Amino acid sequence: MSEFWFFLEVLLSGLFAGTMYSLVALGFVLIFKASGVFNFAQGTMVLFAALCFVGFLEMGWPVAVAAIVTVGIMVAWAYSVERLVLRHLVNQAPIILFMATIGIAFFLEGFAEFIWGSDVHPLNVGIPNDAWFVGPEGEMMIQQFDLAAAIIAGLLVTVLALFFHYTRIGRALRAVADDHQAALSVGIPLNQIWVIVWSVAGFVALVAGIIWGSRLGVQFALSIIALKALPVLILGGFTSVPGAIVGGLIIGAGEKLAEIYGAPAIAELVSYMSGINNISLGGVEEWFAYVLAMFFLLFRPQGLFGERIIERV
Amino acid sequence: MRIRNLTLALAGAAAGLMGLAGTASAAEGIYIPNLVYKTGPYAPSGTPVAHGFADYLAMINLRDGGVNGVPIIYEECETGYKTDRGVECYDRVKGENGGAVVINPWSTGITYALIEKATVDKIPLFSIGYGRTSAADGRVFPYVFNFPSTYWNQATAIVRYIADQEGGFDKLKGKNLGFVYLDHPYGKEPIPTLDILAEKYGFTYDKYPVPPASMTEQKSIWLQIRRSKPAYVVMWGWGAMNSTAVSEAANVKYPMDKFIGNWWAAAEPDVIPAGDGAIGYKGATFNGVGTDFKIYKDINDLYGAGKGTWTKDQIGGVLYSRGVATAAYIVEAIKTAQLKFGNRVITGEEMQYGLENLKLDAAAIEKLGLTGLMPPVEITCANHEGQNPAIKIQQWNGKVWEIKTDWIPADTALVRPLIEQDAAQYAKENNITPRSCS
Amino acid sequence: MFYREAGIFKTSYAADQALFRIPLDRLFVIGVVVAAIVVVPLISNEYWLGSIMIPVLILSIAALGLNILTGYCGQVSLGTGAFMAAGAYMAYKIATNFTWMPIPLVIVLGGLCAASIGLAFGLPSLRIKGFYLAVTTLAAQFFLLWLFQKVPWFVNNSASGVPTAPPRSVFGELVTGAEATPEARYLFVLAFTVVLAVIAGNLVRGRIGRTWMAIRDMDIAAELIGIRPLHTKLSAFAISSFYCGVSGALWSFCYINTVESSAFDIFRSFMILFMVIVGGLGSVLGSFLGAFFIFLLPIALNNVVTTFGLPIATETISHIEFMAFGGLIVFFLIVEPHGLARLWQIAKEKLRLWPFPY
Repeated sequence: MSEFWFFLEVLLSGLFAGTMYSLVALGFVLIFKASGVFNFAQGTMVLFAALCFVGFLEMGWPVAVAAIVTVGIMVAWAYSVERLVLRHLVNQAPIILFMATIGIAFFLEGFAEFIWGSDVHPLNVGIPNDAWFVGPEGEMMIQQFDLAAAIIAGLLVTVLALFFHYTRIGRALRAVADDHQAALSVGIPLNQIWVIVWSVAGFVALVAGIIWGSRLGVQFALSIIALKALPVLILGGFTSVPGAIVGGLIIGAGEKLAEIYGAPAIAELVSYMSGINNISLGGVEEWFAYVLAMFFLLFRPQGLFGERIIERV
Repeated sequence: MRIRNLTLALAGAAAGLMGLAGTASAAEGIYIPNLVYKTGPYAPSGTPVAHGFADYLAMINLRDGGVNGVPIIYEECETGYKTDRGVECYDRVKGENGGAVVINPWSTGITYALIEKATVDKIPLFSIGYGRTSAADGRVFPYVFNFPSTYWNQATAIVRYIADQEGGFDKLKGKNLGFVYLDHPYGKEPIPTLDILAEKYGFTYDKYPVPPASMTEQKSIWLQIRRSKPAYVVMWGWGAMNSTAVSEAANVKYPMDKFIGNWWAAAEPDVIPAGDGAIGYKGATFNGVGTDFKIYKDINDLYGAGKGTWTKDQIGGVLYSRGVATAAYIVEAIKTAQLKFGNRVITGEEMQYGLENLKLDAAAIEKLGLTGLMPPVEITCANHEGQNPAIKIQQWNGKVWEIKTDWIPADTALVRPLIEQDAAQYAKENNITPRSCS
Repeated sequence: MFYREAGIFKTSYAADQALFRIPLDRLFVIGVVVAAIVVVPLISNEYWLGSIMIPVLILSIAALGLNILTGYCGQVSLGTGAFMAAGAYMAYKIATNFTWMPIPLVIVLGGLCAASIGLAFGLPSLRIKGFYLAVTTLAAQFFLLWLFQKVPWFVNNSASGVPTAPPRSVFGELVTGAEATPEARYLFVLAFTVVLAVIAGNLVRGRIGRTWMAIRDMDIAAELIGIRPLHTKLSAFAISSFYCGVSGALWSFCYINTVESSAFDIFRSFMILFMVIVGGLGSVLGSFLGAFFIFLLPIALNNVVTTFGLPIATETISHIEFMAFGGLIVFFLIVEPHGLARLWQIAKEKLRLWPFPY
């Protein structure tokens, strides 16, 4: 297989993986934008939504019904979070709200497992799972599944961006994001907005859960993919929907390239300098995204598309 | 109002703590605690093992009224596969109900943390097919048992299987293999052995570590495998890593019958999420699978009596059977100990004798109704992994795991010196004088 | 009535700036320390000492460290686990390479290594703030753990990568390793805890602590009045990492006996952050209360069920434990966002008038 095609394949699969990260990151951005809350429970919401969905499917319900009921559950969840938690924490420091979402994540984790158990559930909603071979001798493989997932993610982002820009609710959301008190004073119901935004985040979580779940099976490990979304967030900026997408693409492609080309090169360099043979530096992926994001932030502390931070005394 | 709420919460917490204090109870029976993990990312693998273990012990209590008439007290402690919770669990259970007779940590990390503690407390650790490989040297590790086989021996047996497939060890020369492993003490265990085997037989292998924190993200690994096209891929995985690897292997169209998991990477939860793509995936095992063994008559009776710990249609999988086998070894070891010390509640120290003198030949296993489910073992003072470590290769056919081979013996001649060397180094570092076994 | 602040007159600056200005407070703290040294080992069984008190004290040290960084200096960190790991691995390396070295020195050196690493990872804090900083500390978390796992040098080329902490003694009594008695290990850990707590208490009320707090409250304003952000933030990072490093070394040497990276994963970092927030940001006492509360809560919940012999499956207990844990965190944040330390303060205020409130 020629190196060039392989490089292309790595790049492409990295970009596809990136869209999946973006999908999770999107949920974070939505909530952060509207309420200034860094919602650590997003990953668990992905797990919970996917578990509900697959649970209903296994009861023999049709896909559409299961999806609608799951969205209903996520809305109910959003409502109870607003009612029981957020409402009581208005005006607290961001770190307190962040901690509260970690608490919510723990609760939801226990709750999801309590209801649905910890088994692995296979999930198949009919996303094609074959591969195309491209190139003069079919060197390059494109997973249809990845492409489909990327398209779904792209569609979702477009719809959300339009929603934010052109609907009344979208404008209200942006107003709340800019200034809670000013928004309240012009008559925007803060609590209602929060319920809406958490519901939308729940919906995004469901889509992410279905896609990840069809790939990996719906299982507890889905909740740890949230960690992968964090560097995407800081790279793209907490407040920007396009940022989540671009950040995801950069991280996805960057870490694959680093793992496949960077790590062996460094390993060779190290073994040349130290004289020790057989050094293996696999697993660079685990931290690459964070370190990349960190260096990036040194030059642009608000992220790629984040709002400029202006500080006054 | 605030204060009152808080007081209530604190009172609740205090009530919980009171519970901590008064836990000494004096029930009569052989106390076998089990450090399980039925929650968290490793739960799909941890749950069936725990149920198989519990069911067999419950069956012994129901059918025979215990071991030689002495009832078994069984208790679980949830670790979540976390080392510190495991240590806490161990400390909590070791003294209860007259003292634990044996501890199953079910995690290599927890086993490492408990080796010294258990030795001081004189409670045997039984890490069946996991944990510290060099603990097979009973002279340095009197209280640790890891029969019927260890990771290092398993690695040699898998390589032997590959050689058989290729038509002899000489055919391995120049071949390139892939080794996908969890970047964790457990996954790294076989690397030194593989290095030696690679040198001995002239093959090369590439290492692909999977970090535990992102074990569901293996794309780059499988792209590399797609490029380098190794003749075989061997996997040392656990939890969600396995199912991800199987799906990704299927995605990159790696020939599944050249993909071999170790005995912790080849069970039902590992292949089901991958759907039809997983068909053909192979794995090592040391226990049988299915519900066709004679013992299932008694286990079915247990479920008939409503005393089973799981639901009946879930029993019989690979890991469930491994739990059954583990419990069966323990019960036989208790019997061995009782032969010497009398039919009574035994202590951890007496259990150590029982495990160390455990001898189960094919006839004895047949009598238990477990033929095919567990291999015969013979444990001695010096050798805690048994005399003939061997594996079978099983293959997933889309519905069940099918055993494909007879016993494939490990290369003990090669591994034993390594075990002794590692154990000796451990003894030196920790100022242990190996006991004499002659 | 029982707690009196009035009527205590100070005649010197020294008295006015003492660590505990009110005799009652001083007596109380001394009493607690004495009780911890004498009474606790006498009344506790092995389980209490070995599996509850030791880890709680060790985690309190880490919580103190994080409280210095987050509570006093306002820099949120999610990399506590990595700095603990740095302390543990370096202490192991030092202990095995310089076998003559007394173990307290080994642990302090481990802490110093962690401090220098913390210094390096604190540099971005000069430019990056808030949540962005929190997430960049995750870079430390993932990178350092990866490094310790990948480079066999850190574990003396041990085949499994999980070396056993070597047994070492102080005054002829084993304090590390499995053969050490829980009492010896407990007292050893307690000595570290008390000394470090006193140091922390003094740091935060002195000049350096005041500069930290100035930076926390508004860094630009602090800069304008002449506080150098570089020194201040980096000193907070270094000292905080030192505490975490010591705590990590003790965790490996005195509690789980092995040097294992998964003991210091991201969930450990979150756990310590929980302790600091539930205990009370910017409070030395809060670090201890938080550590006790967060560590004991799941164990207590677990024990309630097993003690009363409720017929609930293990996994269900664990699920309930998760739910209760999450629920209580949220509950606490809602009822008392300033943490347990603030509660203690309220209790003291009540005690001043009790039993005759007006």
